[in-house]
Amino acid sequence: MKMSKKFRSNLLTYGLVIVAFILCQLAVEKVIPGFKMSRSLKGQLVPICVYIVMAVSLNLTVGISGELSLGHAGFMSVGAFSGIVMSAWLVNAFQLENETIRLILAMVTGGVFAGVAGVLIGIPVLRLRGDYLAIVTLAFGEIIRNVMNCLYFSLDGPTLHVGFNNPNLPGKLVVNGPTGATGVDTISTFVMGFVLILFTLFVVLNLINSRSGRAIMAIRDNRIAAESMGINVTKYKMMAFVTSAVLAGMAGALYGLNYSTVTATKFRFDTSILVLVFVVLGGIGNIRGSIIAATVLTILPEVLRAFSDYRMLVYAIVLIVVMLATNSPLLTGLVERIRPKKKTAAKEGEAQ
Amino acid sequence: MISFLSHLVNGISLGSVYAIIALGYSMVYGIAKMLNFAHGDVIMVGAYISFCATQYWGMSPLMSVLVAMLVCTVLGVIIERLAYKPLRQASSLAVLITAIGMSYFLQNSAQLIWGANTKSFPSVVEIPTLSLFEGQLLISGETILTVLANIVIMIALTLFTGKTKMGRAMRAVSEDKGAAELMGINVNGTISLTFAIGSALAAVAGVLLCSAYPALMPTTGSMPGIKAFTAAVFGGIGSIPGALIGGLLLGIIEILGKAYVSTELGDAFVFAVLIVVLLVKPTGLLGKKVHEKV
Repeated sequence: MKMSKKFRSNLLTYGLVIVAFILCQLAVEKVIPGFKMSRSLKGQLVPICVYIVMAVSLNLTVGISGELSLGHAGFMSVGAFSGIVMSAWLVNAFQLENETIRLILAMVTGGVFAGVAGVLIGIPVLRLRGDYLAIVTLAFGEIIRNVMNCLYFSLDGPTLHVGFNNPNLPGKLVVNGPTGATGVDTISTFVMGFVLILFTLFVVLNLINSRSGRAIMAIRDNRIAAESMGINVTKYKMMAFVTSAVLAGMAGALYGLNYSTVTATKFRFDTSILVLVFVVLGGIGNIRGSIIAATVLTILPEVLRAFSDYRMLVYAIVLIVVMLATNSPLLTGLVERIRPKKKTAAKEGEAQ
Repeated sequence: MISFLSHLVNGISLGSVYAIIALGYSMVYGIAKMLNFAHGDVIMVGAYISFCATQYWGMSPLMSVLVAMLVCTVLGVIIERLAYKPLRQASSLAVLITAIGMSYFLQNSAQLIWGANTKSFPSVVEIPTLSLFEGQLLISGETILTVLANIVIMIALTLFTGKTKMGRAMRAVSEDKGAAELMGINVNGTISLTFAIGSALAAVAGVLLCSAYPALMPTTGSMPGIKAFTAAVFGGIGSIPGALIGGLLLGIIEILGKAYVSTELGDAFVFAVLIVVLLVKPTGLLGKKVHEKV
């Protein structure tokens, strides 16, 4: 049986994730003697899953759809808080204690709310282009963070109360404005994170290789040409943007339910930038690259802990050096001279 | 009414600082077509240098500002040469990420050198507070100096870009790099000059900002940096009067929004106005309209 190149590449991506998951599980369960994981690294497992999903979903907006978004953490924030409220409400209203079902429902809720936010934001944002689009997504991210700082949710038995700038709500507060959500049931697990990654890959890879995905990429490469071929630009841009928002919302719910306290400041502009760094370092438009970059860069500060005070400095230097090494004509020219085998066709593809 | 006036004065003061920072963003964007995210952190470095100059090296406030400007100018040019120049031909995203890396680098270096705790910045301004309407409306010396500095800088820059040879070279490079090079303009030198001017302005802005809001820490520059960038886009990025108008409006909206709408939502208010403006005028208030060629 002959496999297409794309199919093989996708299979490799899935395989990579599955093998990494199995290795991590072996290390966590200490099946093989001597092969184990440090405590701090174990604590990073769920965040790594979250950041992988964030990076892959942002790659859909930045790489596949070609729109620079600087507010991806905003969707994560919406997903996290709606997920937390949902999980608490399920316990109160239905006495549902099963953690897996609660987590799944919370992630779905997070995805739905982030998707709604994505539609609302996408309508004005996608009319703009280039750097203006970037600044407006940044603005929306900040607005979401500010609004989250003013939102209060409380549960009085099965009834949910919402307050805006008003903490005097009946019952027990679940989300407490600027103090954030406290006393959250930490029901996120690494296994569910893995499932979410597989789900994300399934959605994103299938979208890319579908008719819609090709339309999205055609718009990225030349909007006017795509439009004259009869492609509905707004519809397909929106499709990519909202899908990306939904996935970020699901990742947000997973993230929110991994910590006992979550504040809106966790989803600052810095977080959006962090995820963008994963996408760019992994290679724009390259899904597997995003996965690897998100994993390595989440672990890197932990590994650099030996440098203690210097670790973020080293992180910054690594970031700059990698960007210079991969993009500077001087250095890439040198690499090509050493490795003349690399076909010029591949380089031409990059240049476009 | 008096309270409204006093909020308005505060807004103009904050807006003037934003305008000075926005100028740096706007000029660099106009000429190098890149978002220099490290600009906000150059502000912070400028404020720290001025702080050290007055506190540890026993300099007068005016000298400290000059030293800060000098250090930031050198820093700006070094950053440009080391990190941005090799990427002149690279994609704009790659340059953006490098700028973000530079921003992290500056913040973390500052944290290592000066520590993470907040320092109380002593005001460099010695102008007495102006009292109007029998003491009901107080205008602080910092406000007066900030507004004056803003006006002087705007006039100087407008004259510089309009009348001098180097200023005209800057405009030519921002218009068309290739054509400017053919006309014998030193493009790399001009870009370095832009970074030097922008960074010197950032140092001034840093000192003025910290004189008005005296909390100095390694992340002091990041939020004003983002707001000033917003201001630059608001007024039309690449335009000097645009930066002035954008900065002032943004400062006034922020202070009035915080005073009359909600303290928590002040920033959200600023960004909401920005979005509305961009939807009506997609290139900012004074931005040039770009026609698309098919």
